[in-house]
Amino acid sequence: MSGQLKIHVNQDKCQGHARCKSLAPELFDLDEYGNAHEVGDGRVPAGLEDKAWLAQSNCPEIAIEITEE
Amino acid sequence: MSDSARIMPEHPPVLDWVNDFDHTDPRWTEDPFPIWDKLRSTSPVVHTDRFLGCYMPTTYEAVKEIAYDTDHFSSRRVIVRDVRPEISNRAPPITSDPPDHKPAKQLLLPPFTPDAMKKLEPRVRVICNELIDEFIADGQCDAASRYTKHVPVRAIAHMLGIPEKDGDLFIGWIHCILELGIKDDDVLMKAVHEMTAYFAGHLAQRKAKPADDLISTLMQAKDKDGQPLSDEHVLGSLRLLLIAGIDTTWSAIGSSLWHLARTPADRARLVNEPELMPIAVEELLRAYSPVTMAREVMKETVVSGCPVKPGNMVLLSFPAANRDPAVFPDADKVVIDRKENRHAAFGLGIHRCVGSNLARMEMTVAIEEWLKRIPDFSLDPAGKVTWSEGTVRGPRQLPILFKKTA
Repeated sequence: MSGQLKIHVNQDKCQGHARCKSLAPELFDLDEYGNAHEVGDGRVPAGLEDKAWLAQSNCPEIAIEITEE
Repeated sequence: MSDSARIMPEHPPVLDWVNDFDHTDPRWTEDPFPIWDKLRSTSPVVHTDRFLGCYMPTTYEAVKEIAYDTDHFSSRRVIVRDVRPEISNRAPPITSDPPDHKPAKQLLLPPFTPDAMKKLEPRVRVICNELIDEFIADGQCDAASRYTKHVPVRAIAHMLGIPEKDGDLFIGWIHCILELGIKDDDVLMKAVHEMTAYFAGHLAQRKAKPADDLISTLMQAKDKDGQPLSDEHVLGSLRLLLIAGIDTTWSAIGSSLWHLARTPADRARLVNEPELMPIAVEELLRAYSPVTMAREVMKETVVSGCPVKPGNMVLLSFPAANRDPAVFPDADKVVIDRKENRHAAFGLGIHRCVGSNLARMEMTVAIEEWLKRIPDFSLDPAGKVTWSEGTVRGPRQLPILFKKTA
């Protein structure tokens, strides 16, 4: 995988299941309502790509978008 | 049929599941999974004339379509019953549609975040061990009545700020509301009135002297116009938290222990690989989802190609959705280390369960503490496992054998 992965949590879709935070705590933060957003600008540090894909595939609302730069 | 006599319809045994399903039929109660498979292989949405007319979506896609469509499907009624009671038992936000739904839900979210749960976790571990202490020397127990029933009761009582020792009172009301009350309106209403009076007493106490608990948080909350919530709203939400917080999680913990009692390989994995627990909890939630919700059809529409007409209820079965092989390979097996698991046990869309983080924490702690003290256990062949009927499914009697120890 050569590109830099970037995650974005679609705020209209996120319902606060918090699966992403449980599976990839380094990549997601939860707000005071328990809704998720990507850490920083969403760039996935090297070595955490698998966790990003795992979080995406476990979100029941399909709220996690992953792009490759 | 005379209205004044309020005769409850009978429930003859089901002969044709596809055209006349009945989720209160003893065969569904005992083992619903093959029934759902049969219904799903026939159509994405089936219908019965029972319960004054009710649809059931059988696929994950159909359940999702309905859950996301708050325009055609209202939450003003969320339990399928033999009668349609007055729309008066409001329990915001579960009975709320947009636009009322979001502000009512926002109030309840902060006390239930994963971080808030971390603070409650030590108390739950103590509760679990106190319960186990009572039967560990016996070599046997009914895990339902001695353990799984009490963990969520005490935890939510602790959060709300009501005495944990009143647990048996709550359990009685919930049995009336969620099980007996499906077929007996008087039983339902009596329990609702008693529960409301109980909470009204607690509200009065805290008006005089505010406390640092969830009841006080609700009493101090403001609606979107900056006004305090009405007593009716607060009481409705408190009834919801008590009902939602007990039977559901009790069922999930019970089903998990039932599965582990029958599956030594999964027990061994969890004992040897404790880091597997979060993934295992999700799989147990998927395979044994306790909660089925409902909606009322308000406007005619089409779901997964099936016409749906107003005046009917919908049995919104998240458990059946979670068994859909189109979404979950080996859907009918518990794959304890399943990696991809976007299950719908806590719902989909805006009505995602407010208590999902609490439920997960309680399940995790209850299973962990049990396994630490009782790593080896089995179902008692001399006993019988019985399951709850109706809207929430879990073992109500769970006779377990284990080695006597301390």
